[in-house]
Amino acid sequence: MSLALIVMLPFIGALFPALLLRAGRNACATATFTFSLAAFILLIFQAPAVLQGETLHASWQWLPKLGLAVSFMLDGLGLLFAGLILGIGLLVIFYARFYLSKQDNMGSFYTYLLLFQGAMLGIVLSDNILLILVFWELTSLSSFLLIGYWKHLPAGRQGARMALTVTGAGGLSLIAGLMLLGHIVGSYDLSVMLQHRELIQSSPLYLPALLLILGGCFTKSAQFPFHFWLPHAMAAPTPVSAYLHSATMVKAGIFLLARLWPVLSGTPEWFYLVATTGLITMLVAAWIALFKDDLKGLLAFSTVSHLGLITLLLGLGSPMAAVAAVFHIINHATFKAALFMNAGIVDHETGTRDIKQLGGLWHLMPITATLAMVAAASMAGVPLLNGFLSKEMMLEQVAHTAWLDQPWLMAIIATLAALCSVAYSFRYIVHVFFGPQRHDYPDHPHDPPLGMWLPPAILVCLVILIGLFPQTFAGALVASSAKAVIGGALPEYHLAIWHGVTPALWMSVIALIGGLSLLAGYRKVRSAWEAGPHPDAKAMFQVWIKGLVQLAQVASHGLHNGSLQRYLAWMVGAAVVVGYGAFMNSSLSAGSRELLPAHPTAIAAWLLLILGCLLTVWLHHQRLLALIMVGVIGMVVCVGFVYLSAPDLALTQISVEVVTVILMLLALNVLPKTTPKESGFGRKGRDILLATSAGVGIATLVWAFLTRDFTTLSDYYLAESLPGGGGTNVVNVILVDFRGFDTYGEITVLGIAALLIFALLDGALHGGSAAKRLAQWLPDQARAADRHPLMLVVAARVMLPLALLVGVFIFLRGHNVPGGGFIAGLVVSVALIMQYMASGFGWAAQKIRLDYHAMIGSGVLLAGLTGIGSWLFGYPFLTSSVLHLDLPALGEIHIASAMFFDAGVFSVVVGATMLALSQLSQIGRRAEALPVNQAAMDCDPSHPLQKDPSWKP
Amino acid sequence: MNHWLIMPIVLPAVLGPLLIMLGCIDHVLARILSLAGCVALIAISVGLLQQADSGPQTYALSAWVAPFGILLVLDRLSAVMLVLTAVLATVVLLYAMAGWDRRGRHFHALYQFQLMGINGAFLTGDFFNLFVFFEILLIASYGLMVHGGGADRLRAGVQYVIVNLVGSTLFLIAVGLIYSVTGTLNMADLALKVPQVSSDDLALLQVGALLLLLVFGVKAALVPVHFWLPDTYAQAPAPTAALFAILTKVGAYCILRLYVLAFGAQAGASAWLAQEWLLPAAMVSLTLGLVGVLAAKRLGQLASFSVIGSMGTVLTAIALFTPTATAAALYYMLHSTLAAAALFLLTDLVRERRGHHSDALTVAPVFAHRSLLAAAFFVAAIAMAGLPPLSGFLGKLLILQSAWPTPYAFDVYLAVLATALLGIIGFVRAGSTLFWKSTAQQGRIEAEGVSHSVLPWVAVGLLLSGIVALTVGAGGVHDYLSQTAQQLYQPQLYINAVLFPQGGQ
Repeated sequence: MSLALIVMLPFIGALFPALLLRAGRNACATATFTFSLAAFILLIFQAPAVLQGETLHASWQWLPKLGLAVSFMLDGLGLLFAGLILGIGLLVIFYARFYLSKQDNMGSFYTYLLLFQGAMLGIVLSDNILLILVFWELTSLSSFLLIGYWKHLPAGRQGARMALTVTGAGGLSLIAGLMLLGHIVGSYDLSVMLQHRELIQSSPLYLPALLLILGGCFTKSAQFPFHFWLPHAMAAPTPVSAYLHSATMVKAGIFLLARLWPVLSGTPEWFYLVATTGLITMLVAAWIALFKDDLKGLLAFSTVSHLGLITLLLGLGSPMAAVAAVFHIINHATFKAALFMNAGIVDHETGTRDIKQLGGLWHLMPITATLAMVAAASMAGVPLLNGFLSKEMMLEQVAHTAWLDQPWLMAIIATLAALCSVAYSFRYIVHVFFGPQRHDYPDHPHDPPLGMWLPPAILVCLVILIGLFPQTFAGALVASSAKAVIGGALPEYHLAIWHGVTPALWMSVIALIGGLSLLAGYRKVRSAWEAGPHPDAKAMFQVWIKGLVQLAQVASHGLHNGSLQRYLAWMVGAAVVVGYGAFMNSSLSAGSRELLPAHPTAIAAWLLLILGCLLTVWLHHQRLLALIMVGVIGMVVCVGFVYLSAPDLALTQISVEVVTVILMLLALNVLPKTTPKESGFGRKGRDILLATSAGVGIATLVWAFLTRDFTTLSDYYLAESLPGGGGTNVVNVILVDFRGFDTYGEITVLGIAALLIFALLDGALHGGSAAKRLAQWLPDQARAADRHPLMLVVAARVMLPLALLVGVFIFLRGHNVPGGGFIAGLVVSVALIMQYMASGFGWAAQKIRLDYHAMIGSGVLLAGLTGIGSWLFGYPFLTSSVLHLDLPALGEIHIASAMFFDAGVFSVVVGATMLALSQLSQIGRRAEALPVNQAAMDCDPSHPLQKDPSWKP
Repeated sequence: MNHWLIMPIVLPAVLGPLLIMLGCIDHVLARILSLAGCVALIAISVGLLQQADSGPQTYALSAWVAPFGILLVLDRLSAVMLVLTAVLATVVLLYAMAGWDRRGRHFHALYQFQLMGINGAFLTGDFFNLFVFFEILLIASYGLMVHGGGADRLRAGVQYVIVNLVGSTLFLIAVGLIYSVTGTLNMADLALKVPQVSSDDLALLQVGALLLLLVFGVKAALVPVHFWLPDTYAQAPAPTAALFAILTKVGAYCILRLYVLAFGAQAGASAWLAQEWLLPAAMVSLTLGLVGVLAAKRLGQLASFSVIGSMGTVLTAIALFTPTATAAALYYMLHSTLAAAALFLLTDLVRERRGHHSDALTVAPVFAHRSLLAAAFFVAAIAMAGLPPLSGFLGKLLILQSAWPTPYAFDVYLAVLATALLGIIGFVRAGSTLFWKSTAQQGRIEAEGVSHSVLPWVAVGLLLSGIVALTVGAGGVHDYLSQTAQQLYQPQLYINAVLFPQGGQ
């Protein structure tokens, strides 16, 4: 439990700083400090057991099927890292309280810092590699926030984005690598995994897994060639740099290398990949660090170099090298954190971090200078300080290692790197604190308040103490963590200042003398350096990202250009490809059904249909003509239904056709009468090709299924229609009973469609740009002189009662012979529409007072309630039942529940049609700006001398 | 007779017409009714979720037996989808109640009809009935999409509806082809008939089935029939776009349902028919989606393309056609629905606070609630990009894990991981531009008409909490989804429940 608590405390604590900032900056910092301290104390309590060789475990299930568990483990390595994370974390929190200025939002700073701390602790204490992945990416995310903390500075934002992109990419690589590792072992538990060295190294997946894992580790730990993000992460406030780049973030990669060392190391692949990378990184970064004028830049590259050193040691694969690596992790963390804080102090007090503007600070800032000198000397590897000890161990290991059978190569490169390291370390001391005092510092330098120099001072004390008494102050920790890394017995070693005259000692001496002479001749070296090429990683990275984004934009916006024609072409094309592809992959034999002779009428209708289709395409720029052609097609289809003995369908088709054509005509009234020519020759060719192949495909399929016999559900419907459905008209029984639920859905669709027409046109009627356009609309066609012709009005009036009666008749007989609510609704609608057409909408609307919304609503509701009514009788939704009534005089009457349903259908159909009509005619009226006529027709025959005053020719 | 099974359809179907009539009278009443309906839907679907544990259950409409009548079928999969729909609908409705619902006519009625269509699609066991529900959800979604008007929105709406009507046409053609050789519209019955289709007729069946895949692909925004999505989602009113997060899942659900039930292991010559088409298309969708995220010039566009990407991820997992992959796909589906909805709502909050800068990913001064929106965007982006510790990451791990035993492991790993990087870069660029660069600008945007209602924040908060809950409770949720997948991959359970309720076969 306490293990989980150690990890959880920073996360819980992260809730408080932003909140407590309201109580002041001290409260905010204290809260942060307290949570970290609590975690640290908890850790210390566990320490004795761990140092004695115990490993603590705590585990909870999270996603067992995946193998993901919240399981923690505390062994020597975990203790070492957790100690660094929390220990240095405490110092950084303390330091930051004094570092941050009043303009900085301390709350969010500490929140991010605690999130980051928790994530780091998670990595080092996890006993499940998937859990490690979770925390791993969390450190990337939280460090993104930390690096970009000064979000108003471009450098901060760019640095943060770069860090997240590089470490995020590495994280993805790590995901793949660790999952491969898990697949090899069959478990994601680290403790289990560490037992299977043989299995892993003999697996064919070893190399891919290794490469992918190294991809993650090297990006995180800024190894060459992925080192470039780290220096730019220095745009962060200095406490962040001190934390991320000494003990935590960049050490995560190192940690994972150490964690997996028992199972991954020891192979030639490991040696050449890891040791070589470490070696190159160590040298290249040390060389670059020498020429960085920004204090933090110098420290950044030195960090990269030291990470290379540790990577190199881990890469060597020998137990002794692992001990050295662990020891250097401790030493580097102490002196580097101290140096970063030191650089922060210099920056804070002098207003600059540029070495060229500094120098001679020794007398102005004695405390700062002393601390810097000790820490930097340790970094250089000066004897009696901790940096010397581990560097010496490294050199010793390298001296005994051959690279590609070259016994001296590694030693020479390592010595060169150490030499540069001496040079840049002393440059930090000499060029900043010595030399003549200047008068042009941007600020007035003096030693900072205690709060800022105390944390580095504590670290510097450690540097000296470990340097002098390594066994006393670091021995136990090194032993226990090295044991965890090696996973077996420790080699013979002792941490001491004097090991005798060894090759390493000579290499150290060469590095020291060489480094100091390099610094002595700094100007010459510098000018030589400046003559050479300096690839700017940030610029390259930005160009690369910009290129990627532009590529994406060309691809994405080029493809999605907003052209409906293109989208439909893709869609039809896809259908053609899928259809033909499936057809070719499959088998089909010719149909066996006997072909019937074609009737001349059928052939004529067929030719008419084809002609209608071709003309629609041909004339589609002239909307009115195209609509008429569509009408022709509809009529032929209707005739086809009659020819094929489907009177219900024919009736429906013809009434739907009438209503839609009328509505479309109304809509076309205010639209341009022609459509623009948009397609060029090429696009037409493409469209013809697509349309032809789709058409040929469909024709083939239709031919294929019309020429074969097949069994369908029809027989059952024919048999059950009367006994089960209570009607002899199978089509109607299907519509209201067998598949009444479909009909229920479809009338809903119809109702919604009408509402939609209403809602869409409502916008055009009330305000908005559409309404303005409508008001400015000018009639683009000649107007008939008589808007409401006498003959039409009279005929429509006469027809009305007849049509209504026909509607009722069709409605009532529907269940047994062709008819039903749908057709009846359309017939009645047509009759009503005729009135509107004859006498104008405004006039007719005053006479017919129907709320079409209510008709639609109540129709759908009635149909639904009919369905629910079945529940009362214990039947499922929409089950039909027939009520037999014996009425006096009328005799026996059957009332089928289907009739109520059909009434709902009827109501929706009439309501929907009329609502659409009413909105469209209102648009027309608004466009033409005509008043409502007062009489039913243009001239009133009963008063032959009067004319409708509203009428104007 | 268990009438609860049809309630997810009937309840909104009754509320819809009521709202047509009442909505014109009083908008507060309409809001209360609509919200009550949604909350009731949550309760009902959670109840159904429990019922589904005892195996697939049916509801015979008009009391006709299968395959002659229409049957609704409830199994774990449909129950999960119902719960997801109800939860999403309720949260999004809260957002809409802050004002969007009054920017046009009949919002609440359309909203209920939309739910009726979605729930119907999840429950029906009949093809043609599925077509009908597709029509309902299409027409209602078109209404919601153009709600509030505006030239750009109408233009995108026209594209949306035309593309989907072409889809409907294809649907009819496909159903016709399948019916011509199997003589049935019932899905369970189809599953029995498919293996019996002789090699003489096979092409008709398979062309039909694959055209149907294309139709579902249109709904699920599968490349290359995804083109309608980016503009539609980016132009739609925020609540509509957020609710639409479930619409794409209808397509994914149908693919999962049909191609496991009827074209799965038992389908003989048509076994796993969809796989070789679906898998490459899904991986291209995934890639193209995240390329679009990287290329986005507006936040709405970014959110839209992230939907395409997440659908690509879901469909990739579905296309593996194994129970573990399907469980992973379902988990990712739950996650991506919530994440997408949250992104669309956040986009709207940003849009209305940035004045004429709207949601363009260009530098503009600071706007109201910048920090809060930045924090919420950070969380939503982490979720959508599939980064730890949120459910997107777990979902992706589950998918990778499930891909391992299949022959497509390498492709899936490459597609999922490589595109994740594009996502990271894209989201980081967007967030940095909107929330960070603005702090370096002079002045401050004071947009007019920013709603002071707390409801939008509640809605966003609920969605993000949902993601957190999915993460923390991943074990339990995934267990249920694994059982769901297991049930799905035993088609006999479904077939028996529909065709042989009294036992037999």
